Amino acid sequence: MAELLQFIFSGLTVGAVYALVGLGFTLIYNASDIINFAQGEFVMLGGMITVFLVAAGVPLPLAALIAVGLTTAVGLALHRLAIEPARGSSPVTLIMITIGASIFLRGIAQIIFDRRFHSLPSLFGSEPIHFGGATMLPQSLVVLAVAAIIVVLLWLFMERTLLGKAVTATAANRLAARLIGINTRRIVDFSFAISAAIGAVAGIVVTPITLTSYDVGTLLALKGFAAAMLGGIGSAPGAVVGGVLLGLIEALTAGYISSNYKDAVSFLIILIVLVAMPQGLFGRARIERV
Amino acid sequence: MLSVENVTSSYGRVEALHGISLHVDDGEIVTLLGANGAGKTTLLHVISGIQPITSGSIRFQGTPFERLAAHVRVALGISQVPEGRQIFAPLSVADNLRLGAWSRTDDDEDIATDLARVCTLFPALKALSEMPAGALSGGQQQMLAIGRALMAGPRLLLLDEPSMGLAPNLVDQVLAAIRALKDDGLTILLVEQNARAALAIADRAYVLETGRVTLEGTAKQIQADSRVREAYLGV
Repeated sequence: MAELLQFIFSGLTVGAVYALVGLGFTLIYNASDIINFAQGEFVMLGGMITVFLVAAGVPLPLAALIAVGLTTAVGLALHRLAIEPARGSSPVTLIMITIGASIFLRGIAQIIFDRRFHSLPSLFGSEPIHFGGATMLPQSLVVLAVAAIIVVLLWLFMERTLLGKAVTATAANRLAARLIGINTRRIVDFSFAISAAIGAVAGIVVTPITLTSYDVGTLLALKGFAAAMLGGIGSAPGAVVGGVLLGLIEALTAGYISSNYKDAVSFLIILIVLVAMPQGLFGRARIERV
Repeated sequence: MLSVENVTSSYGRVEALHGISLHVDDGEIVTLLGANGAGKTTLLHVISGIQPITSGSIRFQGTPFERLAAHVRVALGISQVPEGRQIFAPLSVADNLRLGAWSRTDDDEDIATDLARVCTLFPALKALSEMPAGALSGGQQQMLAIGRALMAGPRLLLLDEPSMGLAPNLVDQVLAAIRALKDDGLTILLVEQNARAALAIADRAYVLETGRVTLEGTAKQIQADSRVREAYLGV
């Protein structure tokens, strides 16, 4: 029982990170039909920039803030400099551009930073919390809390603000959005910026637990993509549920079967979703009358 | 109000509009008639800034317009009700209407006044205001699409096939609404397949054939034209 609880704790923690990466995918996909495979690099940049600023003597909160700001700028630049000039190309072309951007960002990170693993100090120390025979790092609670706060803020933004509704409107019908005077290019800018910021935050809070290096983005992007697929691509609640589920399935597979198969779980899920239920768990129900 | 001169536009290498010229004066309803593929929707999209113009010019209230971004044109007073309604299905009716006023910078009060006006014009929308727009019937969606376009506070309203797919009594309702808008002083460019209905409320008409204007005149003249009677009115 204690063992199961332990697996659930670690599953929830990584699941929260996958959920945030999945949300990043969802935001950009909804605004632009693009699957942004550089999403994982946002997570990497958040962690790595913070690590190097802290090493340079910048206090952790300030370093984190700068890291989020810089990563957001990278997200905007990705849209303005790489995606926007290719506007009008097929989504497949645009997706390939994001893969190129992902490789580029990894290369740059390797040069600016280094090729080693780094960690950050935990916010509330590293004394494990004991609960029901299982242990949990205080930082796990930070990850869960931050993920929950981001999800709630994002939900409030989408449901309660006119800008959030303009984002939903653009996702639902780009032509109509343009015809009522929404500058849809700005909306896509905005989606890239928010996705990058969310990715960076995820990267910062998870680094004390999982460590970070220049190349952590690749696997995270795949996991986040699997989470978004499992939840139903384009659905924000789906990405969150998909992320948490994926984290749990991974942790249970690692615990009860073998940790060698941990990473294979995501790929298996992608395959199963594609074959058996392409619309995912929360895929858009078509209730529209035409 | 609007003058279009020698406008050409292409999809890739295929030219869809071959030098269209037309004008819409203040307070008029002008209708564009023509078969599928004649270029009516393309022309509206060129005017709205959705479809790029290749050559020619568009003036709106005397100022050249053709290089402005779509969202700027809406802010200047051109609003379009697109073909097939294109409402924001996942959002509520109220949100659809509220977003219609997206480009406006005037007071919330003015926007509220316009919202009340839209609800007077289409009372059904008021009762449905919390419904997701995607769950509305075709006629209700058409009213919502017109209401949303009106919320932008336009001087010129472009309507693309507002009667398409509607039951006859709903067609009458939509046409009556268009007429009421004209009586309120709105200028309207109406694209319609239902030529009989369009000519009944229009002041002037243009007939488009394969990207060219082939006939123009007052609604009466067009209605009496033997070619139009044969091709579009089925007389």
